[in-house]
Formats: sequence, C-alpha cells, structure tokens
Amino acid sequence: MSGAPESSWTVKVREKAVEALPPEKLLPDGQPTYVASWIYMFGVASIASLVVIITSGSILALKGPAWWHYTGVGHFFNSIHMWSVELFFFVMVVHLWGKYWMSAWRGGRTRVWITGAITFLVAVPTALTGYVSQQNFDAQWISTQAKDGLNAVGVGAFFNVTNFGQMYSYHVLLLPIAVVVLVSAHVLLVRRHGVVPPIELNARLATAPAGEAPAPPATSMGAGS
Amino acid sequence: MSLLRAKDDTKPWTGGYQPYDLVKEACIAVGVIALLSIVLSVLFSSPDDKPSTIAQWSNQLPINFVTAAASELDGTSGTAEYGPPYNHNGEGQHAAFIYLQKWLGVSHPINTADDYVIDPLKTIPNDPALQSALGEYQAAPEKTQKAWGEAYAKPLNEYAEAEEEGKPLPKTVAVDPTTGTVSVQASGAGPVPTMMTSLLSLAKSGGLDGSLLTSKQFFQTDYTKPLLFMADGGLLDKRAEEQHLGGDEWGMMNETGSYPGQAWLWLYALWYQIEPFKASENADILVMLVMGVLSLAFISVPFIPGVRDLPRKIPIYKLIWREHYGAASPPPKAPPGDVAPGPATGAGP
Amino acid sequence: MTHAGVTAVIGAVFNLSHPAHVVHWHFIKLPLANVIVIALMLVAFAVAIALPFPGAARRAAARRGGGGS
Repeated sequence: MSGAPESSWTVKVREKAVEALPPEKLLPDGQPTYVASWIYMFGVASIASLVVIITSGSILALKGPAWWHYTGVGHFFNSIHMWSVELFFFVMVVHLWGKYWMSAWRGGRTRVWITGAITFLVAVPTALTGYVSQQNFDAQWISTQAKDGLNAVGVGAFFNVTNFGQMYSYHVLLLPIAVVVLVSAHVLLVRRHGVVPPIELNARLATAPAGEAPAPPATSMGAGS
Repeated sequence: MSLLRAKDDTKPWTGGYQPYDLVKEACIAVGVIALLSIVLSVLFSSPDDKPSTIAQWSNQLPINFVTAAASELDGTSGTAEYGPPYNHNGEGQHAAFIYLQKWLGVSHPINTADDYVIDPLKTIPNDPALQSALGEYQAAPEKTQKAWGEAYAKPLNEYAEAEEEGKPLPKTVAVDPTTGTVSVQASGAGPVPTMMTSLLSLAKSGGLDGSLLTSKQFFQTDYTKPLLFMADGGLLDKRAEEQHLGGDEWGMMNETGSYPGQAWLWLYALWYQIEPFKASENADILVMLVMGVLSLAFISVPFIPGVRDLPRKIPIYKLIWREHYGAASPPPKAPPGDVAPGPATGAGP
Repeated sequence: MTHAGVTAVIGAVFNLSHPAHVVHWHFIKLPLANVIVIALMLVAFAVAIALPFPGAARRAAARRGGGGS
C-alpha cells in the first residue's frame, strides 16, 4: 500500500491476522453438515448470556452500587443481572458437557478446550466478587466466610473479599475484561480451527472415497486447519 | 504416541457445508437470553436482605455483643487469634509443610484490643468515669490486663455455653430491662466492666459502626474491621442459619430466601461435608488445594489418559452425530423388487 | 422473619423471600431452587441431544454436493 518497509510491525500483524483468520473464516456463512444438534446452541447461548450480563451490569454501574437498593427500576436491573448470571453458568456448563462428550479438543483444538476451561474458572471469582459487592446481608455473610478459604492459601493477603472498594473494582472492570479476552480467544480459535468433526467410527470413514467428496461451496469456508 | 498426546485421527473436514447465518444466530440468542432474564426477573425478582449493623447486633443481642467485645479485648476472639493477614497471633492453616497463610504475611493489621475497644472508647467525650477506667487499664501491666479480661469473660463464656447447649442460663449475666445495660457478676475485673458498658452504649447508638469504618480516614470503602468484629459475634451466624447458609449445609452454594445460588460451587462445597475435611482445623487450605489440583486437571483434560478417552467409551457422541453417521454409512442393499430410492450417498467426511 | 428485616421484593409475581425448603438426601442438603437448577441442566442436556435439529433437508442436499442454499 504505502510502500512500508518489510520490517513494518503493522504489516506483519495485519498479514499474520489475515492469514490466520481470513474474512470468510472469521465470519463464515456456512457450517459443516455434521453441525446438526441443539447442543451446538449452548456456546452461542453462553456468549449471549455474557452480553446480557455486561449490559445489565453496565446499567447498574452507571448509577452506582447503592442505586438498586432504593429504587424499583434499580432492583429490576439487579434482577436481570442476577438471572442472566444464573443462565450464563447454566448454558456454559451444558456447553462444557457437550464439548467433553464430543472430545472437542481433537484435531489441534487443545487451546480451544484450555481457553474454555480457564474462562469457566475465571467466571467463578467474577461472580464471587459480584456477590460480595452487593452491600447487603448476603455480601456480609459470603465475604466473612469466603475470606477463610482465601486466607488459608495466602490469596487473602492481596485479595480481600471484605474490602468493598477492591472487590467492586475487580468485579466491574478487571475480571470482566479477563472473561471477555478469554471468550474472544476461545471463539477466534474455534473460527480458526473450525467446529470439531465427528469422532471417526471406523477407518473406512476416515478418508473420503475418491470422487465422492463434494466440492466445498463457492463461498469457500476454511476447513479445519 | 506419547502418554500426553492421544491417538488423534481427526482429519480436516472435506465434506459438505450448509448455509449458516452466524450474525443472525447470535442476535437471536441475545434476544432469547434477554427475554428469559426479563421474564425470570418479572416472575421472581431478586433477593436483597438488608445488612446487619453493629447497632442492630448490640441492641438485639447485647450479651452476645459484650461477650464478643470482651474476647476482642483479651485477645481470645476468632480475629484476635486468626494470624495472617490480620496479625501474628497464630500461624494460620497449613497442609503438611505448606504454610501459605503464614508465608504471605500480615497485610491488613488488626489489633483487636485497640481497634475494637480502646480506640473507639477514646472517642467518647465528657465521661470522666470512662476516662478514668481507660487510664487505669492502659497504665496496668499486661499480666493484670489479662487477668481482668479473663475474670470478666468467664461468666460470659459460661452463659454462652449454656445458651448453646440449651441448659439453664446462669444468673451471673443479665440485661437490665430498663437501661438495656449488661451486668456481669465478675470480681477482679478491674475497670473492664465500665469500659464494656460504655462500649455497648456506643454500639447501640450506631457510633461504633461509623467509628470502626472511618477511624483512619474519612472516605472509606474497606469494611474489613466492622465485618470481622460482627463475624466474631452471633448475629450474622444467626441470620445465616435461618437462611441455610452455613458451611455444614453446603452453604456456599446457597442464596438467601428461596432463590437459586451459586450451584457451580457444588464440588467446592462437597468436600466440607466429608472427612477428613469436615473435622479438620485446616479444612480450608486442604479443600483449596484439592480444588486447585482438580482445576488444573480440568484445564488439562486433553492430556490426561483415561479422562480424555471416556467420551469414546461412553459414546454419547453417537447420539449427537447420529444424522452424520447415518448419512455416511452406505444404505442397506434393497431386496429385489423394492422400488424405494436410496438415501443420499457420497458424503464421506 | 429475620431481625434486621427483609427488603420487600419489589414487583415479583412469586415471592421467594422466605427461607428455602431444603432437600435432604444422604449427606447432601441442597435448597430446592438449586436442585431445580441442576435438574433442569441435566434435562436441557438430554433434550438438546435428543431433539432433532431443523434443516435436515438442506444438510442432505449439501451432502449430495453443491452445498445448496
């Protein structure tokens, strides 16, 4: 374009990104014919739940942590936030069950599994920091109990669940960023490697018989790389 | 094939593709989840039990408050003996030679006698009897202070024990019905009874809530001191028991009222219900270490022989991909005379 | 009713602000709400796998070749 030198970082990043995820792989308009089960919907349902969580959470953040205690509208958005969190863990765990029983880490997809597992493990403290930021009896109880587990492993020395200011910061900013980054990595890896093919039933099915494999459609989707 | 790498015959897909609108699917999913969240909110709302205050605690359970305060003064409360990160009065929990609690040190120092009793009392003006009692206490040697504290705490602890065991309550501790003060028949308690009476009065007025929070600075978001003080007492426990939030009831999974809680903490909660964790003094570190190992294993499933092979052994995948497998198998040979058309073929993976 | 008072649950059709009914089974003690959530998850998993997924004709056409839309 601009005659930038070969050593241009921008060019290098762009070329690597486009090589890994060309547009038709990033936003495909086709999916393999073996994607034929409702269990596949639980991944997108997890993302959808996260969107609702962040939206309702943002509205709560707009008005500050005390708002939902003394207005009906505030309490309603708190309810949406709470129920979308319940839905998030519900669909995410069902998604996890599905992916485990499909052995979805096959075919070079180990990092997809790893990012997914870490997302779950980071979502747990994200929820915990929310629970201890409620500024009600539940928050008092959970924080005075959870502190023992965290103190016992030394984490309590720098992560103090009875410190509302710290917990609120983690909950509203730091941990959501971590979750979003992890989910993005997870989804981009799925786009890159494709949805995991079915487990081979026997060797005969492992190779497409010559002449019988259909040509990929005109909008060529990247097959699993 | 190495132990950590499973035999993997997964080949890239060279078969057919069906049309798929990713963006539309995502939008529909967001719409469905948003609608579900709204419906659940309309139907059930969400819990918001008001927090307890030290004022409420001292008004509703004055004897329990004074017992807790006395234990803070003489250094026998849960917080006083906790160890890091609050003080050096204990080593904290350990698992074999692993003393993580001790190693990470005191990052949030709390001196229970000063923070919960002496310093708040010093803020009370115009009370010569209290000033004199405080002066007498602070001037006395540590041994004497301890003796006074123990003398005062003894009848209170006996009262608490009797209450817990459902036995007749000793008459040495009583609440004056008109003044609401707690009288403790303890000889050799020195100035401690005067100090405790004033502290109870300060607590009931709400002054102790504010004092514990803003003692160091005006703007405060750290509730550690007042929360730890309340946790040393009985009001939070009492409310938690009513709501089934106790550790012996899988409490960490639960929510106040009849709402669903954090069901995803089921495995964490489970260990506390079984030995050797149940009765162990080091239950927390043991459970956390077990969960740490299991979490690492969860992340590493693709590398763990046995665990990674289970899906092939229990073939739920055959149900999930039944349409694909059905289409890939050759059709059964039609008997002569049958005119039924064969299904689609040539769809090898 | 707890001493410190329970905030009235605003506008809910069903009031869940009462202590939970606890389900006891051997050493397992769980409030009914959590039991329902876990049961629904298992049901959702089973139903998601069992229910046929729409678009079978499109997929069959795609398998035959042409990836029709």
